[in-house]
Amino acid sequence: MLALAAVVALLGFGLSRGADGTIDSELEQGRRPEAPALRLPGLNGGEASLAGWRGQVVVLNFWASWCDPCRDESPLLQRFHERIRGQGGTVVGVDALDVSSDGRAFVRDHGLSYPMLRDGDGAQLDAFGVRGYPETFVLDRRGRIAAVRHGVVDARWLRETVVPLLSERA
Amino acid sequence: MNRGIPLAAVIALVALSPSPALSSDCPLTSVPDLEDEVMCPVCDTTLGVAREAPQARRERAFIERRVQRCQTKAQIKSALVDEFGDRVLAEPPGGGFGVFAYLVPALAVGIGGAALALAAVRWRRPGRCDPAGAGDPTPLEPGAKARVDAELARLERR
Repeated sequence: MLALAAVVALLGFGLSRGADGTIDSELEQGRRPEAPALRLPGLNGGEASLAGWRGQVVVLNFWASWCDPCRDESPLLQRFHERIRGQGGTVVGVDALDVSSDGRAFVRDHGLSYPMLRDGDGAQLDAFGVRGYPETFVLDRRGRIAAVRHGVVDARWLRETVVPLLSERA
Repeated sequence: MNRGIPLAAVIALVALSPSPALSSDCPLTSVPDLEDEVMCPVCDTTLGVAREAPQARRERAFIERRVQRCQTKAQIKSALVDEFGDRVLAEPPGGGFGVFAYLVPALAVGIGGAALALAAVRWRRPGRCDPAGAGDPTPLEPGAKARVDAELARLERR
């Protein structure tokens, strides 16, 4: 009986963690789910949490130095960060499942100045349901997820997704 | 002048002695030695299986750099855990469910062994249905002792 209950519980847990039961489906239904709490070490030391950027529009980008598409989109993310910085927005990078020295070299080589966090064991990938690299989440000023991009971002998507949020109140 | 000779000898000896990185004990391990014991966290397989994945190549390079620095297997594993957390280890970590992966088979073997030993002891011990071996010997029937004594005396006379 206990074994049956355990199996049922595991199945329930698996279903609740399924890709269609989470952020994507919430967004498809026009809702903005609360972003998972995220607290990580900085790639260059220190520590930061998403709560620290509450009140700003956050473009949260998951990447790794060995990911070629991440390399392709990083100059655009840097330019976009410079553009929205003065309007209450920021890009935040999360280097996940990567060798930290490789990640730091990537940041240095691409001249990336936006905040960089490090998710060594990939725990935040699970929390956000990240399925591949790169993935980008846009958070409104209240810390809710307003959009997600599976794959490389482009200028049009950033403009159409992020700029309207900049005019929203916290 | 005499003091110069021992000093030169010491300098020569130091110069000729192998550095730790070049000694015969180095390298202490190798990438192939480690790659079946650590995971490629992105691939979710051991590093040995994930040959071509980009993350696996970076991880292999990370290990190779430490092998060249003459680090031990334990040191390299520790560095990998610092980078990727416990899930980078292919063997169970020192806590939680991982411990059970070792403990459960060990307990099963122990309990099985104890059960076998107990069964063997019980099998060898005479049971209640075996009166021949349980307790006092059967008393002789009347006259039997006298017959035995007479037979013994007859044998002694021969």
